[in-house]
Amino acid sequence: MSFLGYRRSNGKVGTRNYIGIISNAVCANDVTHWISERVTGSAPFLHGQGCTQTQPDLEQSARTLVSLGHNPNLAGVLLVSLGCESLLPDKIAVGIAESGKPVETIVIQKLGGATAAVEKGVRLAQAMAMEASAARREECPDADLVLGVKCGASDATQGLIANPTSGAACDLINDNGGTCIFGETTEFIGAEHFLIRRAATPKVGNRITEIIARIEKRVTDMGYDMRGGQPTTGNIAGGLSTIEEKSLGAIVKSGTRTINDVLEYGERPAGKGLYIVDTPGREPEFLTALAAAGCQVIVFSTGLGAPQGFPFVPVIKTTGNPNTFQTLPDHIDMFINLDNSSIPEAGQQLYKQILDVASGRQTKAESIGYGMFPNIFTVGPVI
Amino acid sequence: MLSPKDNVATVLADLKAGESLEVEAGGKPTSFKMAQDIPFGHKFSLASIAADAPIIKYGEVIGTATTPIAPGDYVHVHNIVSARARGDLKGGKAA
Repeated sequence: MSFLGYRRSNGKVGTRNYIGIISNAVCANDVTHWISERVTGSAPFLHGQGCTQTQPDLEQSARTLVSLGHNPNLAGVLLVSLGCESLLPDKIAVGIAESGKPVETIVIQKLGGATAAVEKGVRLAQAMAMEASAARREECPDADLVLGVKCGASDATQGLIANPTSGAACDLINDNGGTCIFGETTEFIGAEHFLIRRAATPKVGNRITEIIARIEKRVTDMGYDMRGGQPTTGNIAGGLSTIEEKSLGAIVKSGTRTINDVLEYGERPAGKGLYIVDTPGREPEFLTALAAAGCQVIVFSTGLGAPQGFPFVPVIKTTGNPNTFQTLPDHIDMFINLDNSSIPEAGQQLYKQILDVASGRQTKAESIGYGMFPNIFTVGPVI
Repeated sequence: MLSPKDNVATVLADLKAGESLEVEAGGKPTSFKMAQDIPFGHKFSLASIAADAPIIKYGEVIGTATTPIAPGDYVHVHNIVSARARGDLKGGKAA
């Protein structure tokens, strides 16, 4: 099967055609937002990082910003810097330019402040957006798809209905030569043996063990029971009693195929197939990791009704909870009704919807612009 | 019930205390009378589970009973705990 996408000069395929207005640091968010509001065809990336962090977090922020700039849903990038932040904008811009797309940088302190920076930024972004609007969609094989898989605001229906459906769609994408990325390492705790069994090599299996041990240690070092934080209060109200129960229901969304490798936060996969990205499950940080890994479409299964999308990646919301489907029609794209279909059939329907959205159909989150406040995950303190 | 090994089942409707439900447990249809209200998506016990015994769902351990649990009892955070990411058990503070 195929979809209609934007073929970029480096061979990657976008499902959207935005100019990314990317903030280089938390202090440049306002100007980034103002420019994006003024330019049709642009999408902002605002976040809380980029300055006064320890070296590992600065490197993670830099890696993530470069990878976001590479996302093929962006036809070009305007990088917005304050000027005195820890991250050097020139290095980020050079990294993004390796994708072959146009990159411009503005520095607020050098331009004489916010008003002047907005004026300059709007002009640059306007020119890039008008140029990008001349691009046409073309037929692309589904092997060009890079799908992100996420679950959130989970209840007990998730492990039974929506997540296995995501898993069936994931298997179809893998079997057709495409790429799938999942993560939410906290929600591997108690289900690691299922993932390790699917690792491509013993080394990948060891990496899975390592990333789970790493996040579990971070949690236990705080000296508390994490229940309430994970599973969340809402998860518990939805019937999930422990992290093990949540994890066993969560990992099925990745399907059943071989796991090729484990990516660090902000990394991009080297090849096709199924990958894990090491990140916690909270939406602002995790959706960013999927976009940074190059996902052009994300499937997000929910039980209680998570509304978040992402500024330049369409996010398809699915649920198996009939009550959520009825009460939150503004947010749910697909209700999975197992009275009418089996999991493999529901997976086929979801796969078709993924191709449809990849070809340009709006998701609910896109249509109302929900998801403008992502973030970048950090492991250390702000200093 | 998701695996023949499970000692809990998830309900896909709100059940009231005193209502009975038939489940294929241990290879034969068995009737369970709900000891408490069980909300949609929540679990009840299929067996007599001793304190400190494992709770099994998906055929896997999802936690440990903190008190004895009888067939038909509501099973949730009031009577089971996680064995993982428990900083409070390593000399830390209880949540």
